[in-house]
Amino acid sequence: MSRLTRADVEHVAQLARLALTDDEIEHFTAQLEVILEHAAQIAALDTHDVPPTAHPLPVVNVLRADEVRPSLPRDEVLAMAPASEDGRFRVPRILDAP
Amino acid sequence: MTALDIAAAVRGGTRSAREVVDEHLAVVAARDGELNACNLVMDDAARAEADAVDAAVARGEDPGPLAGVPIALKDNLCTRGVPTTCSSKILEGWQPPYTATVVERVLAAGAVPVAKTNLDEFAMGSSTENSAFGATRNPRDPSRVPGGSSGGSAAAVAAGYAPLALGSDTGGSIRQPAALCGVVGVKPTYGLVSRYGLIAFASSLDQIGPFATTVTDAALLLDVIAGHDPMDSTSTDAPHEPLLPVVDRGVEGLRIALVDELVEGEGFQPEVLDAVDRAARALEKAGATVDRVSVPSARYGLSAYYVIAPAEASSNLARYDGVRYGLRVAGDDVATMNARTRDAGFGPEVKRRIMLGTYALSAGYYDAFYGQAQRVRTLIIRDFARAYEQYDALLSPTSPTVAFELGAKSADPLAMYLSDVCTIPTNLAGHAAMSVPYGTGEGGLPIGVQVLAPALGEPVMFRVARVLEETA
Repeated sequence: MSRLTRADVEHVAQLARLALTDDEIEHFTAQLEVILEHAAQIAALDTHDVPPTAHPLPVVNVLRADEVRPSLPRDEVLAMAPASEDGRFRVPRILDAP
Repeated sequence: MTALDIAAAVRGGTRSAREVVDEHLAVVAARDGELNACNLVMDDAARAEADAVDAAVARGEDPGPLAGVPIALKDNLCTRGVPTTCSSKILEGWQPPYTATVVERVLAAGAVPVAKTNLDEFAMGSSTENSAFGATRNPRDPSRVPGGSSGGSAAAVAAGYAPLALGSDTGGSIRQPAALCGVVGVKPTYGLVSRYGLIAFASSLDQIGPFATTVTDAALLLDVIAGHDPMDSTSTDAPHEPLLPVVDRGVEGLRIALVDELVEGEGFQPEVLDAVDRAARALEKAGATVDRVSVPSARYGLSAYYVIAPAEASSNLARYDGVRYGLRVAGDDVATMNARTRDAGFGPEVKRRIMLGTYALSAGYYDAFYGQAQRVRTLIIRDFARAYEQYDALLSPTSPTVAFELGAKSADPLAMYLSDVCTIPTNLAGHAAMSVPYGTGEGGLPIGVQVLAPALGEPVMFRVARVLEETA
């Protein structure tokens, strides 16, 4: 495995939406390298004809009857959000002003 | 008093639930300043719940199999209108709009929740030191960790806050703290217990289970919480065979084996291995056969786990974005707000795992890490299946060591991860396993022996555990 660089860690932090500090980036570069090296122990195993397991139970597509049922109480849910307005979550501007 | 005794006394009218809960709350008040096992003590709610149980008894009604039994709840189980934090700043002050199915079930059985217990943030850790609200200490020796991530629940039972507690186990988070605190801890078969209302860490691995002071009490609690729940699409609809009637059936004729890969290697304390040997001999004396068996791929469990669990966590924890719950740190645009909120709200271990998981799932690395770990998971399942063709249950240490000092492993994430080396393979396979106290080691600290069983093998697993308890 190639060495993990500071640029790799910055890229991953951006994908993960984490505004890491310089100190954190430095720490994680060293620590993730060690953990990934340990994880790479399995890289050498011959698994070319082994199917992956995503989930330990053999269940697929569990569906319920398509009936209208009460959902979570909207006011209670919104009361716990950092900001809400007119029955909706309020967030900073997503689109540029016209 | 055990949960079974309390429930019998309350149902029979010889003790009031109120008196029982007051006694336990007094223990919490006396010890939690030092131990910090509780994120929230539910004094008033507990007393009201106990009064309701007593009123039901007075009306001639049966409050249920857990009548008046105090119970502690890991603080990643949702309780409507009661703060549920996952020991994270990102959820501080948040109150769920619904209650977890397991909590509904214990309430319906007459139990009295007394506390929400501390954990490693989002259940990521093996010492309960990764909590935004400070570390929990081990009641057997407060200079030591209680294990984790359900360290608060384990400590609560060990210290006598409640005879029962609920925890969650993704890679050993019930069994390892149970071992380190000297109590019984059970990781049920994946799908046996509903996870509706358990705040997700790694969804293909997470499972809720009981802590208790006795094997029989653990059976009592698991019988209450097991069973299908339409609100959890991963909950199995296989009928649950009640454990309470079978725990005392002994081990005559059972075929048991020690797992080579889980008793060999560096880092095992000799006293821990001795305890497993003594457990094996005790089972033989009780009429079981005990061999050794190899589960070759189990040695790769830790490596596979530290790809799969962080990968799933990085996806599950994407929801903490400063929009719907808890904390928000302002930013000019949404992406900046998201990133600042997450950096301020998550602690170091959670960030480390999100970073690991995001890396393992990112373009160019997906197949080498995540894909390979999923294939190794298949190998582990196949190797266990082969072992269970010959044996009814398997045996190993729960943790390679007794409880370690606070701070001993905080600076070295990989050393901390190694404390789960014996417990992780069960989660990857989706099987059942439990830890039973078996003597003491270094410093007089408790040792746990792990009993492993195949999917839905709880009846045999509890019979083995019960014999171990009798011979410990």
